[in-house]
Amino acid sequence: MSRRRTLPAISALLLSACAGPQQSSLNSAGPQAGHTESLWWVFLGILSLILIAVLGVMLAALARRHPEFEPASPERTAAAADRTERRLTRAVAAATIATVAILFFLLVASVSTGKTIAGLASPGSGLTIEVTGNQWWWYVRYLDDNPQRIAVTANEIHIPVGRPVQIRGTSQDVIHSFWVPGLNGKRDLIPSHITTEWIQADRPGRLRGQCAEFCGLQHARMALWVVAEPESQFEAWLDRQRQPAVPPSDADTQAGYQVFMSHACVLCHNIAGTPAHGQFAPDLTHLAGRMTIAAGALPNNKGTLGGWILDPQSIKPGNHMATISLKPGELQPLLDYLGSLQ
Amino acid sequence: MIPLVETSRELDEEQERRTLERAWRHPGGLVGWCSYTTHQAIGMRYIVTAFVFLLAGGVEALLMRLQLARPENGFLGPDRYNQIFTTHGSTMMFLFAVPMMEGMGIYLVPLMLGTRNVAFPRLNAFGYWMYLIGGLFLYWGVFTNTAPDVGWFAYPPLSGPQFGIGKRVDFWAQMITFTEISALCVATELIATILKMRAPGMSLNRIPLFCWAMLVQSFMVIFAMPAVMLASNIFLLTDRTVGTHFTNPAEGGDPLLYQHVFWFFGHPEVYIIFIPALGMVSSIVDTHTRRAIFGYPAMVLSMAATGFIGFGLWVHHMFATGLPQIGEAYFTAASMMIAITSGVQIFCWLATMWSGRIRMTAAMHFVFGFVAIFVLGGLTGVMLASIPIDLQVHDTFFVVAHFHYVLIGGALFPLFGAFHHWFPKFTGRMIGETAGKATFWLLFLGFNLTFFPMHILGLKGMTRRIYTYQPEMGWGPANLLASIGAFVILCGGLLFLSNVIRSRRHGAPAGADPWASGTLEWAADSPPANYNFVYLPVVPGRYPLWTDPKQRGLVTGVRADRREVLVTTIMDAAPHHRYPLPGPSIWPLLTAAGVSAGLIWAVYQFSGYYPAIALGTAGLIGWFWPRTPAGDER
Repeated sequence: MSRRRTLPAISALLLSACAGPQQSSLNSAGPQAGHTESLWWVFLGILSLILIAVLGVMLAALARRHPEFEPASPERTAAAADRTERRLTRAVAAATIATVAILFFLLVASVSTGKTIAGLASPGSGLTIEVTGNQWWWYVRYLDDNPQRIAVTANEIHIPVGRPVQIRGTSQDVIHSFWVPGLNGKRDLIPSHITTEWIQADRPGRLRGQCAEFCGLQHARMALWVVAEPESQFEAWLDRQRQPAVPPSDADTQAGYQVFMSHACVLCHNIAGTPAHGQFAPDLTHLAGRMTIAAGALPNNKGTLGGWILDPQSIKPGNHMATISLKPGELQPLLDYLGSLQ
Repeated sequence: MIPLVETSRELDEEQERRTLERAWRHPGGLVGWCSYTTHQAIGMRYIVTAFVFLLAGGVEALLMRLQLARPENGFLGPDRYNQIFTTHGSTMMFLFAVPMMEGMGIYLVPLMLGTRNVAFPRLNAFGYWMYLIGGLFLYWGVFTNTAPDVGWFAYPPLSGPQFGIGKRVDFWAQMITFTEISALCVATELIATILKMRAPGMSLNRIPLFCWAMLVQSFMVIFAMPAVMLASNIFLLTDRTVGTHFTNPAEGGDPLLYQHVFWFFGHPEVYIIFIPALGMVSSIVDTHTRRAIFGYPAMVLSMAATGFIGFGLWVHHMFATGLPQIGEAYFTAASMMIAITSGVQIFCWLATMWSGRIRMTAAMHFVFGFVAIFVLGGLTGVMLASIPIDLQVHDTFFVVAHFHYVLIGGALFPLFGAFHHWFPKFTGRMIGETAGKATFWLLFLGFNLTFFPMHILGLKGMTRRIYTYQPEMGWGPANLLASIGAFVILCGGLLFLSNVIRSRRHGAPAGADPWASGTLEWAADSPPANYNFVYLPVVPGRYPLWTDPKQRGLVTGVRADRREVLVTTIMDAAPHHRYPLPGPSIWPLLTAAGVSAGLIWAVYQFSGYYPAIALGTAGLIGWFWPRTPAGDER
């Protein structure tokens, strides 16, 4: 079982190159998350002051206690003097009014921030990405009025910097939740429902997201990456996604192509331009261009891909990828072929 | 000793006591032990059983913390982890927190009200047996790899027939049925007891705050529990066992319907747990600051308002499902309103402490810890009411931190305070104070070490219910800290247990009223006799034991040769009539066994509900077979 330990270790090393607070909600990369972050700091500031005030009063009450306690005279102390009661009534009433006022302010701040974020929706922008949750990966389609131009990918979303993007979410099986903290809050993906959310990135970069609604065995390893890039780069990327797969060009990839097409892979995976039309698993047409495999579980390289194909259950126990039995000498060409799917 | 007895009266107390002893004697033998119907016995059974489930839930928490202590840990696999976190949540909510609060209510309410038992003693016993069998049923599942693994909320379709494998979800859903039946029994009898069986003179404005809390909680149970039975038993179980389509979108059902109904219960559930705890805090604060609680009417109204508002904010668990904006603003406002009613109570306690003479007992330590932790948890709750913030931190460890601050701070700390406060009443011996204070510090420090870092983890994007995480996420150190804290909490729990075991045998004898307290439970013996009071007291004020002994009266003319209580009017508690309560009975156990057999059968085959109904009816026939009340023969 050494692979079980070494593979995550390798992935850690490789991913740490692009590591950082990519999944922090306090590291906003767009206006939606930015407004939320500002609201958070307002709430944190005001509510911290309240906490300090309450604890201060409590400790002061503790400090002014009578050191000499007389257990035998309950009647004398059972009710404090009237004057004290009146003072206390005023203090409690003032504290209550202050609470109401502060809460009202926070309510207004929260609702107006909500309205601002809702106002960032921009139906004319023309970019709508459909995200469908699956146990435990993300099916992604870039919608287009012309069905020929619809691009399909998985587990990785590219968006152009500075342009609002609509996420249309739904689910194929159980409830998932789409959440990229750097861009916006979460939106549940519910079977038979369509939920929408707008995201926008203000600067180029890579942001990590993760399924936020418990969805079964591999809820922990259902991540996705959002790559924000300049408009031209994005358009180039999207164009490439619309193309069918690169045909195998040399003997190795040709052999790998045969391995893929003659095994169970084709039953679940789709590679556009080939006879593989499976629809139950991530589209592999441009697999080699992605940062990760297995929904963010591993970085995408020959070694990890080989480990994943040979024994997916040790990396993501319970996932729906079948373990296929390859003959000796079949794995290398298969990896060559998959590696050529740019 | 009966401090309420005026020495000038010529009453043969010894004779009365002997007669009462005979009428309220427990039957012997195992069958007799299973026939107890006195509230002290049933209440203590609830408390002990719930404490055992607390330990079980705590062990599950430790296992989770071990798994999450470092990234990519291999201690637990995903399947085992999912079972453990689901069982942890379900245990703590359904098998520990609610039954524990109910047990404290069953034990203390009749004593505080100055009566001899709860209104429906056999129903009380039946409720306990249902709870016990339901809890054992869930843990039978745990030890046979049939523990639920879909979260304590069991959202379909994950929990539905297509994705919820085996019998795991059925075990969970049916366990809910057991505990809800039990909770409804307790709510019914506590409402009847509090409204109709108070000591003469205890008008509504003199009821101890703990009893008010139990009254509000009981009404909440009656309105909330049917909702979860609808969700878990009708929607989920029938979808799974007989193929209905309540939650199946393909046939016009809707998974969101389940969420609405579940949270219509699930949110009030939080208040069902912590409102009794607020009552405990009031009892501890007035005794240990040596003054009446400041702002009694404000406290009562706040608790009642919490009970109402608590039903109007379930949607804040569902903000991420994408509901219309106008409704969302309403639910934000309603969620924030809870902070007003909770704030008023905090202010009143602070005013009480400010003007009282604080006695820093172990119980009082827990009250201070409660204020500190609960206020922080309440303030993060205000953050969660804000939709933009909630959409970021929802289903992350921030929420885990929040509700542990509210529930451990708001319910467990008051409960531990209550254990230290009422231990002399329960056992007749004082609990070790030094060990009690040490317990407090271990729990307080361990708690904050465990749960404070989780706020930061949530903000850094760590989602809930994940069995592992990758090292490059940077969540390792805070998780390790939290895991260390969990073991500090364990030390606190073990110290408490050893303190209880030692003090039960070797503690200093307590006497009836060791704290010089004001409410009626301290007028009874420690531990209380089965009949609580030799003569039922008459109540001249909010704190009967703090009033002039010359003003205190007592009731005569209630028969001592049978289990008889005084029924009083709802508003003023004027004596209305005497009422004989039933004695020991084995029928509650037999009925519970019959109903349980059917309910467990129903997990495997839906038709099991028919024998459940038949056996339950048979039990009720035996239960209600006409008998002459004891003592009426002559």
